[in-house]
Amino acid sequence: MFDAIQAFLSTFLFDWLAIVITLVIQALVVILPIMITVMLLTYAERKVIGYMQVRMGPNRVGPGGWFQPIADAIKLMTKEVIFPRQSNKFLFIVAPVLSIAPAVAVWAVIPFSPEVVVSDINAGILYILAVSSILVYGTIIAGWASNSKYAFLGALRGSAQKISYEIAMGFALVTVLMIAGSMNLSEIVAGQQGGILNWYLLPLLPMFVVYFLSGLAETNRTPFDIVEGEAEIVAGFHVEYSGMTFGVFMLAEYAMMILISFMTAIMFLGGWLSPFEGIPVLETLFAWVPAFGWLAFKVSFLLFVFLWLRATFPRYRYDQLMRLGWKVLIPVTIVWVFVVGAMQYFKFGPWFN
Amino acid sequence: MVKFIRHQVKTFGLTELFKGLALTGKYLFKKKITVRYPEEKTPLSPRFRGHHALRRYENGEERCIACKLCEAVCPANAITIESEEREDGSRRTTQYDIDMFKCIYCGFCEEACPVDAIVETRVFEYEFQERGPHIMTKDKLLAFGDKHEQQIAADRAADAKYR
Repeated sequence: MFDAIQAFLSTFLFDWLAIVITLVIQALVVILPIMITVMLLTYAERKVIGYMQVRMGPNRVGPGGWFQPIADAIKLMTKEVIFPRQSNKFLFIVAPVLSIAPAVAVWAVIPFSPEVVVSDINAGILYILAVSSILVYGTIIAGWASNSKYAFLGALRGSAQKISYEIAMGFALVTVLMIAGSMNLSEIVAGQQGGILNWYLLPLLPMFVVYFLSGLAETNRTPFDIVEGEAEIVAGFHVEYSGMTFGVFMLAEYAMMILISFMTAIMFLGGWLSPFEGIPVLETLFAWVPAFGWLAFKVSFLLFVFLWLRATFPRYRYDQLMRLGWKVLIPVTIVWVFVVGAMQYFKFGPWFN
Repeated sequence: MVKFIRHQVKTFGLTELFKGLALTGKYLFKKKITVRYPEEKTPLSPRFRGHHALRRYENGEERCIACKLCEAVCPANAITIESEEREDGSRRTTQYDIDMFKCIYCGFCEEACPVDAIVETRVFEYEFQERGPHIMTKDKLLAFGDKHEQQIAADRAADAKYR
């Protein structure tokens, strides 16, 4: 799709200008919808958690509180950015940038529907794992640059947690690679063609759970948000941040949430494939839904689960969190790697033909 | 052994987690009990203790006879009363001040009053932005009572059989 735009532009522009403009369009086409989704997600979060606590959630700004995220954004942008004394000002500013940059950059390889992907590279999963690991630097640097003990403790906890859970996450993805035989996300989705039974959800059900839990831990969401642990360390690594620097951290966190949902949907829930494939009546009945519609539906459901979990579970204690990561999730994933290997050897089910 | 297997199934089946999720999922669809205050209001009891008022008899004569029982019973010392003899020989107050900052809205003044003169109304939406206006003088209290007399009388009537 973007090649066509570039070809069209280069008919009347310099080649390099056409490339630059295409790149800018690509970036905007991906980033703007994500930022809007983040906005809606913050609203949805407060509304869903409110409803689960038999409250109304935000309902003052605009009809039904729909303008609440805009009001929040204006508030954050107009607030003063306070630099703590003796903090490292350069790193203090760099930290939020370091968290938002990977959270935006990973979207380059996410396929939104069969043709719409910014860059359809073959090592898509590797790229996502690599870039999203950079996120941890934002946390560490923010905690260190703040010159605050709470922030530093939060950053230490956060980095340990993220590094631990990345292992489980990586192993969960390894099983997906074993089944799909490709690191290209579009091909992974294509491999799940043929109805709900062909999705990787069924053979990899434990991996689906492990991946989603690790995703929760990666994005510092409850029940794994000990990085922020209000009761113990105030707000963790971003205690000292105010105004838009704080807002950028929030943007990054929510963008990562959306990314984890996209990844889960693509790897385990068949991406943009319709769940009614091969079912006689329903397939024709839902033929009008565009490919991206199904993906968006699955992603919104997973995001809802994110919020649902937050409304339901209390926070893990730090040692419990580490125990879960190292002693439960990682062994489960390793066992399942062997199970998948066995399934592959015996050509099990519709997945390994 | 059976116990062990059951425990493992329970642990890896995440049953407890799903129970929790089911509970919050149920609450998602419950009727919300929030009262959106300025638009919606909760019902008030006729005994509600809000802003004070001094009442009059139907012929316009003020009820207060300056017995100072309210002043004596007030636990916060919020009431100040001065009195003297009026031309017709009856005892009346010359000063009846309630310090609204001191008042704790216990309702003792209302209970102590033998002639139902000082009452607490169900009006609670008022504020003071500076010192001075928070001293409710006799004139202000009487005017307030005149303004809300209907509601005050209705509340007393509703509560009469329990007093």
